[in-house]
Amino acid sequence: MSKRIFLIASVLIVASMVLAACGPKKPAFECTDAIGCVDIAPDEPVHIAYMLTVSGATAFLGEDSKGAIEIAIDDRGGKLLGHDILLTGEDSLCSAEGGQTAATKVAADPTIVGVIGTNCSSAATAAIETISNAGLVMLSPSNTAPALTIEGETWQPGYFRVCHTDLFQGRVAADFAYNELGARTAATIHDGSPYADQLQQVFAARFKELGGEITFQGAVNVGDTDMRAILTTVAADQPDVLYFPIFEPEGDFIVAQSSEIAGLENTVLMGADGLLADSFPENAGPNVVGMYLSGPYVTGAAYDEFLAKWDKKFGGVPPSGFHAFAYDATNILFNAIEKVAVVEDDGTVHIGRQALRDAITATSGYKGLTGTLDCGDDDYSAFGIDKPSHGDCSTGEALGIFQITEEELNGNWPPPVVYTP
Amino acid sequence: MLKRYLERFSWVDFFLRLFQIAIIVALVVGVTNTLRSGKYTIEQWVTLIFAGLAQGSIYALIALGYTLVYGILLMINFAHGDVYMAGAFTAVFLAQSLSVTGFLERHPVWSLLALIALASTVSMVLNVIVERVAYRPLRNAPRLVPLITAIGASFTIEYSFRGLYGAEFRAYPPVPALSGTIHIGGFEVPIVQIVVLIAAVVLMIALYLFIERTKIGKAMRAVSEDKDVARLMGIDVDRTIAITFAVGGALAGAAGIFNGLFRPQGVFFFMGFIPGIKAFTAAVLGGIGNVPGAMFGGLILGVIESVFPNLMLEGLGIPAVNQLRDAFAFTILVMILIFRPQGIFGERLAEKKA
Repeated sequence: MSKRIFLIASVLIVASMVLAACGPKKPAFECTDAIGCVDIAPDEPVHIAYMLTVSGATAFLGEDSKGAIEIAIDDRGGKLLGHDILLTGEDSLCSAEGGQTAATKVAADPTIVGVIGTNCSSAATAAIETISNAGLVMLSPSNTAPALTIEGETWQPGYFRVCHTDLFQGRVAADFAYNELGARTAATIHDGSPYADQLQQVFAARFKELGGEITFQGAVNVGDTDMRAILTTVAADQPDVLYFPIFEPEGDFIVAQSSEIAGLENTVLMGADGLLADSFPENAGPNVVGMYLSGPYVTGAAYDEFLAKWDKKFGGVPPSGFHAFAYDATNILFNAIEKVAVVEDDGTVHIGRQALRDAITATSGYKGLTGTLDCGDDDYSAFGIDKPSHGDCSTGEALGIFQITEEELNGNWPPPVVYTP
Repeated sequence: MLKRYLERFSWVDFFLRLFQIAIIVALVVGVTNTLRSGKYTIEQWVTLIFAGLAQGSIYALIALGYTLVYGILLMINFAHGDVYMAGAFTAVFLAQSLSVTGFLERHPVWSLLALIALASTVSMVLNVIVERVAYRPLRNAPRLVPLITAIGASFTIEYSFRGLYGAEFRAYPPVPALSGTIHIGGFEVPIVQIVVLIAAVVLMIALYLFIERTKIGKAMRAVSEDKDVARLMGIDVDRTIAITFAVGGALAGAAGIFNGLFRPQGVFFFMGFIPGIKAFTAAVLGGIGNVPGAMFGGLILGVIESVFPNLMLEGLGIPAVNQLRDAFAFTILVMILIFRPQGIFGERLAEKKA
């Protein structure tokens, strides 16, 4: 019996030695990256993913960003380093649950090199840790909550944002209200989301710093339809400005019901980029005429060219204001991949994940549609934030205040810009 | 004397009584504090009251559907909120096209009648189908079973509409004839709220007369008393139950249009959920199974949840009272279930019914 086992064992050993000698040659590349590499065989595509809100009330944000990513891919002829670019996507919705689900799915796919997303700060706050732990990079076209890029708050390695932080947007909105509108009292309403809450805090802090008075800071629940109670509370102090940086449909209800409340006749309504959607004027109704929205404002010849491409590919104009950031984010990701990729003779590509993070952080002086972008560390001590900040690419230049007119009720989009910092 | 009292004494009753007193004290203190602070003007209170009445009349119309079905089958049709959504959602497309062509502006009365007819028909047909498919085969099953199928029917309706029309929010167009305000006793009240209130009250009176004065109404009352005896008397019980669902559905459809006038935004596939639960609360508040009870329960709930967060809770120093509105409404439901389970107008139900 033991003889037979010995025989079988020796045959197996010899066979395995023979097979090993005939097997494919071990690749010359050895991954030395601290958090691993993505290996792309010659016939495989470079896989990037989006996590955007492509259904529901905030789908306008997702469609806006997704279209821009597709245009950025088209601009490279659909190829990167000689490989096809594969874009897959998850619907991250505009909620923590959606962000978490999308991140879990994306993190489970080892072929994904980088992620463009999310749209909403609430989704990013929930997704950021899963994405970071998976060694991925994530570039957001429209997360504006300040905490996302502040170390010790929400920030995690691998997270970058290409749009402005609300430290800038809240400041621009408060400056406009105080200096241009001459407002001295203001009230704010948020909806409990990281985006709305942090933005109204920045607004209130800046407004007080300028010498104004905040009469009321309150919140509505997502899903509320009756805003009369909170509007009545706001009206008790008759503020000059009511700033509500929230989303549809809660923003629609506030605008529509504001005219019924005694005491709000002279209050100017102001929203933010969450309401900067082509569907907003029609849904909110005639009260929107005259109200202001803060949000991204991009100009320039390169941007006009981008709009022409959009019109050719999809028809019309983008439904929101963040497409240019999504376009820049995609290009920053592609440039960084090109920079760090190790290409073998047969076309196999290796991308070090930590190297990719470092390459994006090192992005400096990149001339995008939205200005000159530097993705390195920032110093926000001027805003009263002492903690270090990482991953903010934007300078906050591409911001403006829009005013909705009668034209927007009849389908015109985007509304005219009345103020830029 | 003391001995007899101690024999009857129960800690549960004691704490309930204490609880009752605490609520009344909180109510009085809150209201006096708010009124004394003078933070809100009388105009603002009137605004809240009329908005509450308009909202309440919509709750009442939906609550009638719950109460009619409960009265006759002793079951809660939890798909009723979605039946309401179905009418409102379908009619929003007609409303938008009427608005675009200008017909809504030129013939507001005809437009509104057409919208109500469409929404009521859709809700009516849907409610009858739900009854036929989800409840009738289970007529003699244990009482928990139709409750579960009701929840299933609710999800089926919601996600069918999501599949058909998508998850976007839609809005009813503004009706020019109903914009603006009128003077009532020196206060400015939006015309649309008065119209909604009056139209809802007219429908409720019509329903009351239908139940009390017509032959079918008599059959409905007979079936609700005792199904077996009614059948012996030659009443077609299945047909009477189907008619009850049809009437409840039609009222819910009309409520969908009134809601679209009063609060045009936020039409989407899930819009029936909260109004459905609120209307159920209203039906319990008035006394479930009792038709006038549902009407008054709806109006009372609408006014309470509109006025009391500001009136009572703010006086108690509670911040962000507007966010507590739903919590407040459902606290009322709990209070009723504790202190007056039969509701304001309800009589204590016999063992067989309860």
